[in-house]
Amino acid sequence: MDNPVVSVPTGSLLGLAAILFCIGLYGALTKRNLIMVLISLELMLNAVNINLVTFSRLGVAPSLDGQVFALFVITVAAAEIAVGLALVLAAFRLRKSTEVKDLNTEKY
Amino acid sequence: MNLHPALIAFFIIALAILSAAISFLTLRKVIYMALAIGAVFIGCAAVYILLGAPFVGIAQVLIYAGAITILIMFAIMLTNHEEMEPPFRWTLRNGASAVFCVLLAAALLWIIRSQAWPAQGGTDINRGRSNPAAIGLELFQHYTVAFELVSLLLVVALVGAVMLAQARKEDE
Repeated sequence: MDNPVVSVPTGSLLGLAAILFCIGLYGALTKRNLIMVLISLELMLNAVNINLVTFSRLGVAPSLDGQVFALFVITVAAAEIAVGLALVLAAFRLRKSTEVKDLNTEKY
Repeated sequence: MNLHPALIAFFIIALAILSAAISFLTLRKVIYMALAIGAVFIGCAAVYILLGAPFVGIAQVLIYAGAITILIMFAIMLTNHEEMEPPFRWTLRNGASAVFCVLLAAALLWIIRSQAWPAQGGTDINRGRSNPAAIGLELFQHYTVAFELVSLLLVVALVGAVMLAQARKEDE
């Protein structure tokens, strides 16, 4: 495990991340439930993390920077989901609903 | 084409991740969606471990599959957990989103395919140490300020989440 020669082709990893990102984007655009929209955002962040860990071995000077960035993204995502779910709970207490369409009173 | 065991493992994991993500989109009960997303997170952790990043993989299992999935379950249970997504219909919004996402995916895959990627591996990015030790050194030698800022961010997010979620006096 110290120095595995990774034989997974880079293109496949990036393709997986791209498809995952687009699934998350579709979910964020179309889901009706606010919590599901937040989860879709997490899905997109996960796709980005796969890219970061993949790229950490590429480049002229391969280093651990990509993995450290992935750790920071995980931490910020945890903070984001905590605040986001707190907001959803506060909105639910006010409107008795977690549907996206019930929260557009600021729009008009 | 020689099928390395890691390659076979990667394709199985990728299939599992994508099927879980698709079922996240198509399932209709919100609690099943949360379970599907947990499967996606665990699959991503497996990918990290396969890529030689065991520390990130374990952190992913702890934070995403453990904490965030449970937090989402709590939020679903505290709101209306009987809720069902309506069955899929081709509205303008769904259609436009689907077309845009498919186009974006196609463009990204085309760009990825048309690029010649260098082979991975070769250099030891852990510099002879185990992966967690190397990441710890990297964090505290090069990213000290960012590390402290992130811990500050976590404290602020914690306090903010408690403040937002607590019952307000005028609601009672």
